[in-house]
Order: sequence, then structure tokens, then C-alpha cells
Amino acid sequence: MLYAVLCYNSEDTVFSWSKQEEEAVMTKLIAAQEKMAKAGKLGPVARLMPTTAATTLRKDREPAIVIDGPFAETKEQLLGFYVVDCESLEEALEFARDLGKANPGGAYEIRPLAVFRPGDLKSEQLAR
Amino acid sequence: MNDIAWIDAALTSARPRAVSALLRYFRNLDNAEEAFQNACLKALDSWPRNGPPRDPAAWLIMVGRNVGIDDARRKAKQQPLPDDESLSDLGDAETAIADRLDESHYRDDILRLLFICCHPELPATQQIALALRVVSGLTVPQIARAFLVGESAMEQRITRAKARIAKADVPFETPGAPERSERLGAVAGMIYLIFNEGYSATGGELPLRAPLCEEAIRLARLLLRLFQNEPEIMGLAALMLLQHSRSAARFDAAGSIILLEDQDRSLWDKAMIAEGLALIDKAMRHRRPGPYLVQAAIAALHARAARPEDTDWPQIDLLYATLERLTPSPVVTLNRAVAVSKVRGPEAALEMIEPLAPDLSGYFYFFGVKGAMLQQLGRNEEARIAFDRAIALANNAAEAAHIRSHLDRLQRDSAPA
Repeated sequence: MLYAVLCYNSEDTVFSWSKQEEEAVMTKLIAAQEKMAKAGKLGPVARLMPTTAATTLRKDREPAIVIDGPFAETKEQLLGFYVVDCESLEEALEFARDLGKANPGGAYEIRPLAVFRPGDLKSEQLAR
Repeated sequence: MNDIAWIDAALTSARPRAVSALLRYFRNLDNAEEAFQNACLKALDSWPRNGPPRDPAAWLIMVGRNVGIDDARRKAKQQPLPDDESLSDLGDAETAIADRLDESHYRDDILRLLFICCHPELPATQQIALALRVVSGLTVPQIARAFLVGESAMEQRITRAKARIAKADVPFETPGAPERSERLGAVAGMIYLIFNEGYSATGGELPLRAPLCEEAIRLARLLLRLFQNEPEIMGLAALMLLQHSRSAARFDAAGSIILLEDQDRSLWDKAMIAEGLALIDKAMRHRRPGPYLVQAAIAALHARAARPEDTDWPQIDLLYATLERLTPSPVVTLNRAVAVSKVRGPEAALEMIEPLAPDLSGYFYFFGVKGAMLQQLGRNEEARIAFDRAIALANNAAEAAHIRSHLDRLQRDSAPA
């Protein structure tokens, strides 16, 4: 089963990390992903820019309106996600626990995928 | 990251919201800060045992307010403090208080806290020091290091600033739209001052002062989250991100300035550039460009150029023309002249800066640009005079060294074969 692991945390806190703290967390997160990657179970990984960079299109009215900022004002924000291939929910939870050890606070939402098309984007396209 | 590091980050990020709400309760900066400090002490005791609260800021506000009120009562009646247990029983109460803290209130709370730091009676250096202390929660030694002054001098500067604020009227009523936008403008200006304190650092000072740039960016993001549809705040955040993205490339090993066109562009921070460009895209949709946004757009054209020769100078010239209209100043015209020299040649640029001479006769950069234009035209003797003047006006060794390299080149070029 494919699962999305959605990462929620207080972006105020995450963006208050010093460079050293940030690097330490990233190193540990990458180590946690390595296990999954080696087993061929790690799909796309994305880290999102802060919600200040977000724009929302509200389409529940005509015409749809564009709003600056994220869709929902929440205490903890969606900051990134992983897609992983796991035998069971337990395995997906185990992965989330591993990630959690690197990265205190916040929450991971583990959500099974209904449709998955990996697409053909390359990560270099980010640099443009 | 261990517990303590996480708690530290949580306290830092909760600080602006918590202190500004406590300021609304106590109407006194010292009491608000003290209440916050006490709440932090309780947090250090309680959070490792009970786990972090869902909303650290709400927890700190409630505990800080209780402690502050108890403190006031105790001082009034000399009554003993209630035991700790009654204070830390916050489980359900925390959610309730978080709900009662009107979200629209805290927007104005934080803006007020930042705004009182920009009190017009305070000189700029005191404004910045006060904001870094009160809003960002930097320690006095940290601020002193960033300003390159002694700790006691910085302590004094902050105490003096606070004393002035205490005497001034702090506006506690909820601001109307015009006041709010006026405050927002003043606060944006102060945040950019903090940034420039860090950005104007030269080689050796850089590690000490660069944190100021990061703090300014953090404050701008905070402000932008509160005022999400303000294109000028987007512009300010983008401008700082784009400028700061170049920090690893701006100085050589000896601490001398490396000009934009000579920088190793692979050292530019791609994540910061991407965020800056995203913010500009958003802001442009509002179709009312202000000075920060236009400056950010200029920085973006540099950031987008893979090589110096790819820079879109005609567009930069146009943006500077817009900036001249929005905020006419000889310095803006001088900057535009550099773009003009790339588009229409050094002659046109010289013509443009000639009338600025009376205004900028004490400005290092004016003579630097003038010298460079004259040099390009082969008017070496006049160029040498301009460069000499620039060196005399240099603000630091790095600037002087940079001009000296121009002079050396002149010397070589004009030496008899």
C-alpha cells in the first residue's frame, strides 16, 4: 500500500532553528529515509516553502478568488510530505516514528494513497 | 535536536506573540517581559515532564499572566504565592484560553510591540537594539556582539530606550486602517534597518553580524503571516532573502568586497532565491508596486542571471526609473546610472550623475561610480581624482581596498610602455 506521510509542525518554530540545528535535523531525516530508500520503498519527497509563499484559489464562488496565504490558518502547518510503499500501517507508522526522532514537535499524518502517478518531473527543475 | 534545543526554539518563536499579548494585559513593557521570563522558567520545568503544550504561546501567555497577577497581589498584600500545582494544571484550560485569545487581537498586539520599538524619538540604533531585545529575545551580549560594542554600552542603550518608551504614550486602542498601515510602514522600515546592520558588515565581522540578517528575515516572515495580502511586506521579505542569498559570495578570503559581477554565482543560496522569487510573483499580482517590491524586483533580475552578461540591464534601468518616481533621491539616481552605463554607455551615465554632485559630495559610492565611468572613457587623470576622493570617504577598510584595486589598475594602464 502506498502512503503519504504529511508533515505538520509549527513553522514559527521550524524557521527559528539555527543553521546548525537545521543541518542536524536534516542529516537525521536523511538517515531515516535511507532505510526506506535502500529497500526501494521511498517515493517522492517534498519540502514546502513557508506558508507566506503560498497562494490560495477559492473556487466555491464565481468567479473564483485568489487569496494570499495558505488555505487554512492552523497552529501547525503542512511543511512537507513523503510517499512511501509499506506492507502495513504499522510499517508506515514506524517510518514516521523514525522521522519523528529527528524532528521534535508537530505531527505526521499517515494517509493511504488512492491514486498515484509519479509523473516525470526531475528534481533539477526546482533550480529554475 | 534534544529537548532543550527544541524548547529553546519553541520559546523563541512564541516570544513575539506572548510578550505582545502580555503587554496588552499589563500595559507596561518591563512587567510584560518579566512575566514572560517567569513563564519561560515554568516552561523549562514543566515541558520536559509533561510534554510540550499544543500551543506554546497560549500556554506562556496564560502562565505569564497568572504569575504576573500573583506577583502584583503578593507585592500588594505580602500574601504567599499559590502552590505550583494550581498553576500548572493547564491541560484543558489551555485550549479554552487559546480560543479566547482573539486571533485578530494578536495581529495588532505584535504590530504594537514592534511599533513601540520604532518610536520616532528613538534614534535608529536604539530602535533596532530594543526590537532585538524585546521582540526577538536576543540577549544583551548577543546584541552587543552584533553591533560591535561593549555589553555595558549596549545595556545602557537598551535601558535608555526603554525609559523613553515608558514615558511615551503607547497606543493600546485597536488601530484603524490608516494607523495600521502607518505602523506597518514604520515597522517594515525598522526591520530593514536590522537587516542592513547585518548586511553592511564587512569580511571579519560577518560571522558576528550575519545573524541580524536572519533575524530580520524571520521578523518579516512573522509580519507577512499576520498581514498576508500586503505586497510591500512580500517585497521586503523578498528583497532581504535575495540580498542575503549572496552572502557566501560577497567577500574573498581576505575580507575584501567582491562586486556582484565578479561573484561566484554557484555560492548563491538557491533556496533563498527561490523563496524571494515566489514572493515577488505573488506581490506583483497586486499591481501597486512600492519601493521594497521594486528593489526586490531589481535584485531578482540579478538573481535570475546565470552569468553577469545575462543580466537584463534595460529592465533594471526601467525599475530604477520607477523607484525614482516612488522615492526620488540622489542615491537612487546614482544606482540607476550604473544600469544606464550598461545600456547606453558611460557617457550617458556620467551625464546623469553630474547634477548629483552637490548632494553626494560626501558619499563614498558616488565617487566610486564616477571614477569607474571616467575610467571606462579613458579619462584616467579625472578617474584617479575621483577614486582618491572615494578612498578618503570610505566607511571601512574593505571599501577602501576595493577602490585601491581600481587605482592600481589605472596605474598599470597609464604606465609608459
